[in-house]
Amino acid sequence: MSLFDNRTIRVSGGILLTVAACALAGPWISPHDYLATDFDSQLLSPTMTGGQIFGTDDLGRDLFVRTMLGIRVTLLVAIVASLVSLIIGVAYGAIAGFVGGRVDAAMMRFVDTLYALPFIFFVILLMVAFERNFLLIFVAIGAVNWLDMARIVRGQTLSLREREFVDAARLTGVSTTRILLHHIAPNLIGIVVVYVTLTIPQAILVESFLSFLGLGVQEPQTSLGALVDAGVNQMEGASWALLIPAGLLALILLCFNFLGDGLRDFFDVRHTN
Amino acid sequence: MSLLTVKDLSIRYNETAVVDELSFSIDQAESVGLVGESGSGKSQTALALLGLLPRQASVTGSIRFDGTELVGASEKTLDRLRARRIGIVFQDPMQALNPYLRIGRQLRQILVRHKLARGTEIDERVIEMLARVGLSDARQQFHAYPHQLSGGMRQRVMLASALIAEPDLLIGDEPTTALDVTVQAQILELLEEIRDNTALLLITHDLGVVAGHCERMLVLEKGRLVDAGATTSLFASPGHAHTRLLLDAAPRIDRSGDLPPATGASILGIDAVSVSYTAFGNKQLQAVHDVSLSLRSGETVAVVGESGSGKSSFVRAVLGLVPMRAGRAVYAGAPLEGPVERRAKAQRRDLQLIFQDPVSALNPHMRVQSIIGESLLVHEPGLSSRARRERVVEALGQVGLGDQYLVRYPHELSGGQAQRVAIARALVLGPKVLICDEAVAALDGSVREQVLALLRKAQEDTGLAIIFISHDLAVVRAISHRVVVLYMGRLVERSDNASLFSRPRHPYTRALIDAVPVPNPVIAPKKAPLRGEVPSLLYPPSGCVFHPRCKYVKEICRSKLPPARDVQGAHVACHYADEIDLSL
Repeated sequence: MSLFDNRTIRVSGGILLTVAACALAGPWISPHDYLATDFDSQLLSPTMTGGQIFGTDDLGRDLFVRTMLGIRVTLLVAIVASLVSLIIGVAYGAIAGFVGGRVDAAMMRFVDTLYALPFIFFVILLMVAFERNFLLIFVAIGAVNWLDMARIVRGQTLSLREREFVDAARLTGVSTTRILLHHIAPNLIGIVVVYVTLTIPQAILVESFLSFLGLGVQEPQTSLGALVDAGVNQMEGASWALLIPAGLLALILLCFNFLGDGLRDFFDVRHTN
Repeated sequence: MSLLTVKDLSIRYNETAVVDELSFSIDQAESVGLVGESGSGKSQTALALLGLLPRQASVTGSIRFDGTELVGASEKTLDRLRARRIGIVFQDPMQALNPYLRIGRQLRQILVRHKLARGTEIDERVIEMLARVGLSDARQQFHAYPHQLSGGMRQRVMLASALIAEPDLLIGDEPTTALDVTVQAQILELLEEIRDNTALLLITHDLGVVAGHCERMLVLEKGRLVDAGATTSLFASPGHAHTRLLLDAAPRIDRSGDLPPATGASILGIDAVSVSYTAFGNKQLQAVHDVSLSLRSGETVAVVGESGSGKSSFVRAVLGLVPMRAGRAVYAGAPLEGPVERRAKAQRRDLQLIFQDPVSALNPHMRVQSIIGESLLVHEPGLSSRARRERVVEALGQVGLGDQYLVRYPHELSGGQAQRVAIARALVLGPKVLICDEAVAALDGSVREQVLALLRKAQEDTGLAIIFISHDLAVVRAISHRVVVLYMGRLVERSDNASLFSRPRHPYTRALIDAVPVPNPVIAPKKAPLRGEVPSLLYPPSGCVFHPRCKYVKEICRSKLPPARDVQGAHVACHYADEIDLSL
């Protein structure tokens, strides 16, 4: 069965690709610039004339270009943060699960300790203490998310290690590295892929939340969260400035969640058949 | 009029028929066996009788139970019949009992639901039923949760719940397949005892069970009824080739297998091996006590015992998969020491293991080609990929599989094919010792015969030595030269095949032999030879560990552990080995 036979995956994946393509190509096609303020056209409602299909903000900047730029930043933050959590989490979890015993106990108690820290508070402190830095957001979000990933991978590895095909490989003389790479890792792919697609929306939410509080991406750069924040201030006069980025944010989150669900079904089917 | 009449019953999933035009009937109080290999539609038929098939199944034909049509009947009609007039016992009681409800409450529900008793009478009837199925101290067990009972006890509870409403028909879907033979014998005996006037439809793959407990039998092949008739006449003269095939494939404990004697040099010596695990609360659980064994090239030694006897732990310790607490093993003059990772490459090549469940023993993400080829990659790294492929094809040919299987994934193989791939993986390196851990237990009769023939052939061709772990003494009798019997991790008897099966020296050995159902309906089934189940390893009995279940028990057995000693060619751990005559 191909990945694309699953309708959930096809539809949500299709929407996400379209959104991403628009975000990449939009600012390039549009005649407007995300920085250019125009005090003659403040808070214009969406119109086809002049290509300002999302209207303008209170500084007269074109909202279409800014929204597309916001999507780029949001997706970039989410994907990079998920990759960070993927790499740390899988390596950490697989080692803890495979080695087992005391090493496992020590490694997982460390994870438990980190879990106990109030992370949003911790991130806010980081943002306040250091310069508000784009890189810091990736690190902060990745640092929150790898814990879950490590736990899931560790549990899975632990049960895989007990499976008889691993014993069979050990008996034959297959090296530990090869067992990890050829016997454990391929059996982890399903659950890891599913979990990553579910981590991305979490990262998006955290980033939006930080930006909404003014702790995330800084002007003149923007993200969906920052745009929602700006939109809230104009809510009464220019509802589009809130509704458009908020709607897109919801759409992206929904699509990632559906994609995760679809992938989970997909990998389930292959395992049960 | 018949109690149950099934006419032209067909069950289809997406146009594939799993049961095809099946017709049969069951009379009041009659016992009927429904036999066939896996995938023949036995269980689907049982589920159809109860209206429990999944929604995707399309059912046609007619099932009339005491005048009521069940195909297409409303849930309400079915509800009135299920548990009240048709009871069922499934294979796995842990799946069928609700783990969150005390067993007494689960049985109560049936009486309450069908208004069969009221007030305090309800609990009294439940307790009475639990006592009838042999739960000691039924009043206390009433409050037990399923996980607090052993497998055999859980199956007794299932039987109680199936029979508490005094149904007219009892369906047993492989009710004893998951149990040890000794427990199976007890459950089957109990079934006969308490069934009264209830008709029985017994679904099983074990012709021994049918021979002993069913008046008539029905034979299914791929969803079609191919043979039906009185059990005695079908066993004497099968009406269909498939029935003959099933009968021929049934292992016979009452017949000796004639193996050429093994004359090879001694290759593996295992001396006083012990294995222990740390159980909950740091308590030491000793799974294997001082078990010794020697093996020659070309010889098959069987290790038998009920579950929990330490069979698997013993061989796993020899292989280095679990630590050996005491004792030593010597292979070809060199000691086998430490975990398998630290052992010499040659040792790892020469000792191979085959597991019970081939599906979990094969990596689901690897193709057959890489599964078999991986061993070569490790042990003969110089091999070109073409030469490696040739060796893999050769190994597949050895187990009777063509090269179209090279690119298959494990889930694309049947159970028998998967087990053959696992054997090919073990044989491709040309091992000297092959350890089979219940390697044929999960296979259908005819496939089991093929796999056993394959092992025998490998032995003839290459002088392979085999340690064959099994709970099935009928299979053991057919393929082994010598037999080691374990009970609670201790050796109780070690003897050659012929004398073990003609004159066992230990009461436990004799009980194990008696518990195996004989596929011959003329012989009345023996009374269950053993009562109760294996005690917990955490609290072993004093003296001889077998004494609580032994019918020859005397005072000394309770206090003194019998040492294993030689008694006329056999090595036996029983105080009275040379006094009691256990000849068959």
